Amino acid sequence: MRAPRRVAGIILSVVCLAALLAPWIAPYSYDQQFRDSPAAAPGAQFPMGTDEIGRDRLSRLLYATRVSLALAPAAAAVSIVLGLSFSLLALRRARWTREALSGITTLSLSLPWIFLFVILRAELPLNTDPATSILLTFALMGIAGWAWAGRVFSASLRTLADADWLVQARASGMHSLRIASVHMWPHLRSIALAQFRALIPAYILGEASLGLLGLGVAEPLPSWGNLLKDLQHPDTIRANPWALGPLALLMLVMICLEALGSDTNNEVTV
Amino acid sequence: MKPSAGLTGLILFTVGLGSAAELHFTMAGDPKTLDPLQVAESHSETIRYLTGGVLLRINRTSGLVEPELAEAWKVSADGKSIALHLRAGLKFSDGTSLAAADVVRTLHRALDPKEASPAGDPFRSASGAPEITASSIRDVDIRYKAVKPGLDHLFDQLAIIPEKTAKYPATAGPFHVIDHRPGQFVRLARNPNYWKHDAAGRQLPYLDSIRIDIQQNGDIEMTRFLRGELHLIANLDPENFDRVAKEKPGMARNLGASLDSEFLWFNQAPSKTVPDWKRKWFLSTAFRRALSQSIHRDDIARVVYRGHAHAAAGPFSAANKVWFNAAIKPVAFDSAAALKELSAAGFVLQNGMLRDREGHAVEFSVITNSGNRARERMAALVQSDWAKIGVKINIVTLDFGSLIERITKTMDYEACLLGFNNVEIDPSEQMNVWLSSGAHHAWWPNEKTPSTEWEKRIDALLMQQASSGNAAARKKAIDEVQKIAMEQEPILYLVNPDYLCAISPSLQGMAPTAAPPQIWWNIEWLKLE
Repeated sequence: MRAPRRVAGIILSVVCLAALLAPWIAPYSYDQQFRDSPAAAPGAQFPMGTDEIGRDRLSRLLYATRVSLALAPAAAAVSIVLGLSFSLLALRRARWTREALSGITTLSLSLPWIFLFVILRAELPLNTDPATSILLTFALMGIAGWAWAGRVFSASLRTLADADWLVQARASGMHSLRIASVHMWPHLRSIALAQFRALIPAYILGEASLGLLGLGVAEPLPSWGNLLKDLQHPDTIRANPWALGPLALLMLVMICLEALGSDTNNEVTV
Repeated sequence: MKPSAGLTGLILFTVGLGSAAELHFTMAGDPKTLDPLQVAESHSETIRYLTGGVLLRINRTSGLVEPELAEAWKVSADGKSIALHLRAGLKFSDGTSLAAADVVRTLHRALDPKEASPAGDPFRSASGAPEITASSIRDVDIRYKAVKPGLDHLFDQLAIIPEKTAKYPATAGPFHVIDHRPGQFVRLARNPNYWKHDAAGRQLPYLDSIRIDIQQNGDIEMTRFLRGELHLIANLDPENFDRVAKEKPGMARNLGASLDSEFLWFNQAPSKTVPDWKRKWFLSTAFRRALSQSIHRDDIARVVYRGHAHAAAGPFSAANKVWFNAAIKPVAFDSAAALKELSAAGFVLQNGMLRDREGHAVEFSVITNSGNRARERMAALVQSDWAKIGVKINIVTLDFGSLIERITKTMDYEACLLGFNNVEIDPSEQMNVWLSSGAHHAWWPNEKTPSTEWEKRIDALLMQQASSGNAAARKKAIDEVQKIAMEQEPILYLVNPDYLCAISPSLQGMAPTAAPPQIWWNIEWLKLE
């Protein structure tokens, strides 16, 4: 099982490296318009063709990877840390604390978060720097998504809490933090990774949807989300199958994360 | 006798389309109402046009008013009244007769404030409600207290309604509704009592029925058209138009520039969120003109619309042959001249950034509605063009509701890219944009008094044409309005998109035109062969 993990690791490293080196290896700037070559097919000048207004698809994909691959996992990590913290907080506390936290989780899951984003857009000045807008959007997505992860962690922790080995560890006077890091985390790691993998594409697509509210990554900066928006229009794919590039890259990254995660999972269970 | 391959093909084609005389096309949504006096959106408008019997109709190709249910009419010399004389023997689709009393009732209902009828809006006047009387069974007189310009043009959208109400109201137009299944289809049948006949004496319409499927998905609509299941697609986007042109050459029809326009404007109204120095730029004619000059309109037409648009030259599209001022040309792209004009106005280009006299970098946001691919692309092109003269813009796409809120109520925006869908060719349709007190006076809605001399002049010209019964005088006034609009550029007109559609060759008798409803404006004359 080591080989797939190694391959996945290499692929992810290459993708991350390409994203980091985008300003140096991209053939053109992400916003350079070649107006005489709109929707051009792949060729020597444009290896992945151009978009509808003549921007090089390869360059935009490299820069988009930079934005999305940095921020979507970060937002997913925020959700997981928050979810796990809330679940740990509920563990072994008084009943009313557990119920209050469970209520907060349920409330959080049922809240129409979209209104929070609408309020955010209304409060943000229209001239907000694109970088600030992107960071705020992903941060808010990370915060809004904690409850999904929290629910899963809570369920797992409830099972672990009554395990004999945990009772024994507690009885031997082991500190809670040590119990959490040494005994519980190996069991929770696979769950955290599974949540992490599920949240990344959700946040990438979520960012694209938030474009409707004037949040997220604005023109001309590319992100996987706004590149994937093109795929809503079958005519774009028909005319230029290379428009599927961002989708292929997203799938590749997710498969690699899955491969890394499944190995981890095996290690824990064995 | 063995049928030829061509004949076999024709038979298969017509079999594929169902009944040979049933026209088949789609609409993106259900009509919200079948009451012709309550029509407020395009789907209901389609049904009203196909079914409604009107007194007078504007010929979409000539722009002239033509007789329909009224065989004669006369506008008084003072422009305050109109006398209409109905045809003899008119009947609604249910067989009941149509007389002057029906016209009077229709107008009264349309003008009744309780009804809040959009169809009554063109008939309202600041001088008060008109006096409407039936002087005989076939004669109706309508009299206003003050001059009402273009009186005979008002009747094009007023369908005469019967006294009896019904789920599917009786009509006096070429068709009447016989079935409506929400979310599925609307079916119209020919009106057996329609008054119009062709030269050979055959009663119109030629078509037996029309089936309009409700189909939101444009790709499914396209697939069905290409399979031969639909006879037409109205209003194609450039991508789908090119696809039809490639796969079914001869079926793609570009009707040339439409009456619609895409444009951009700066918020000149006092606003808490727009700093004074920015407002100063937006109020400057030199700034607006320079920025207009540095937009490559031909590139927008070529790249964004794939060549299916024309650079716009002011408030009227060149397709509006009656009112367009042909002396006005689109603003030519010239960034060097733009920089010169900006320099004369105190702006300086420093390290690739344009700065005003006080040293403020010229940077502002442009909002547009999200989901509109053409506008998002246009904004990206404008962003790139303006970057060349050191102007930085932040493009913000907003959902339509938020955008309208900002541009009409909160005024919390700096510039906006939007478009107008013009339905009528008469300038009265744009009065609420160009009158300084107008609610849609984009750059500064509902001004209490005109804030500039040129706005004052436009107000005067618009009122002058509105109170004139003389067509030549009206045209002269509107020509001057267009000239001022292009000199001052409170609105930077970008392009007039072409009207693109797809029409099956089996549909005969078409005379498509730029004025809505572009394809079926002469529905009674259309045939399926």
